[in-house]
Amino acid sequence: MARFKIKKDRGGGTINTSSLPDIIFMLLFFFMVTTTMREVSYKVRLNLPEATEIQKLEKKSLVSYIYVGPPLNSRIFGTNTRIQLNDQFAKIDDIQEFVARERQSRPESDRKLITTSLKVDSDTRMGIVTDIKQELRKAGAFKINYSSRKKAQRRSRR
Amino acid sequence: MARKAPEINAGSMADIAFLLLIFFLVTTTMDVDTGITRRLPPPVEDPDQDIDVKERNVMKVLVNSRDRLMVNGKEAFVENLKEIAKDFMAIHPDNPEYPEVQAKFIEELNREIVTSKGIISLKNDRGTSYKMYIAVQNELAAAFNEMKNELSIELYGVKYSQLVDERSIKGINKAIPVRISEAEPQDIGGL
Repeated sequence: MARFKIKKDRGGGTINTSSLPDIIFMLLFFFMVTTTMREVSYKVRLNLPEATEIQKLEKKSLVSYIYVGPPLNSRIFGTNTRIQLNDQFAKIDDIQEFVARERQSRPESDRKLITTSLKVDSDTRMGIVTDIKQELRKAGAFKINYSSRKKAQRRSRR
Repeated sequence: MARKAPEINAGSMADIAFLLLIFFLVTTTMDVDTGITRRLPPPVEDPDQDIDVKERNVMKVLVNSRDRLMVNGKEAFVENLKEIAKDFMAIHPDNPEYPEVQAKFIEELNREIVTSKGIISLKNDRGTSYKMYIAVQNELAAAFNEMKNELSIELYGVKYSQLVDERSIKGINKAIPVRISEAEPQDIGGL
C-alpha cells in the first residue's frame, strides 16, 4: 500500500500578514490626500480643442474656471452656447461679480496670481469668448488660460 | 484563572482598508489641466487713442467668420502660419520688408542680442470658431517657442524646455518676447 508521506511543517511556511492592513492603510491615505473630487458637474458639453504648445496649470487652488459650451440637457436649455460659472448657468454680466467673489475667497497674498481657465467647447463661436475676455479685462483678471488637450502627433516638446 | 480579554478579530481589517482604497482609487482624478496661457491687456480708457506702430513692424493676422486666414493681405493657412511668423520675426537689419531691429544688452545672458521689433497682431471675427482661434494661437506660440529653442541651443546647447537655470530662462524670455497683440474686438465680417 502506498503511503503518503505527510510533509512536516518546517516553520516559516506562512507569511506573516499582520502588517498588510498597515500597508493598505498607507496606500489608502495616499489616495485620500491626492484625491480632489470634482467640485462642479459640467452642465455644458466640453470638447476641448487640441494644441501642441500647452503649459501645465500649476497650483490648482489658484485657478478659477469658466465653462462655455452648448448645454448637455438640450431639451430643457436649448442648444445655444451658454456660460457656466460654478454650478449654474450665468450671463455675461455675472462674470465680473464671479471674478470678485473668486478673489475674495483667496488669501490676499495670492490674489494677483489667480488664473482664469477658460474651458470652451471647440465648436463655440469667438463672439462669446471675446465678450468674456472683455469682462475679464474689466474685472482685472488678466491671467487666462485657454484650456486645451495635448495633440498626440507632431514634434515632441516637453 | 484570570478571564481572557476578548480579542477582536482583525483579519477583516485588510478587507475594509482595501474597500476604501479601491473607492479612492476610482474617484481619484489625476488629470492635469493644460492649456495655452496668455495675458490680457488692461482695458483701454480711450478707445480712439491708438498706439502708433510702424506698418513694417506689424504682421496682421486676420481670421474671418469662415475660419479663413489672411496674413498681411494675403491668404494663408494654419499649416504654414508658423513659418510665416518665424520668417517675419527673423532678423534682417537692412531689409525694409522686415521689421526694425534693435540691439539690446541682456544682463541675464551677459551679451548683446539683436531683437526684432515685430509685433504679431491677431484679429478675429465674432463668428470665428474657437477651434480655429486656438489653432492660430497655437501656431503663433509654436513660432515663438521654436525661436526660443534655437537661441537656447545656440547659447547653452540645450532646448529651452530643458533649461533649469532661472536666470537664463528669464534672459531668453527677454531676448525673444512673445509679442502677440490682440486687436480690440470689432466685427470684420467675412466672406
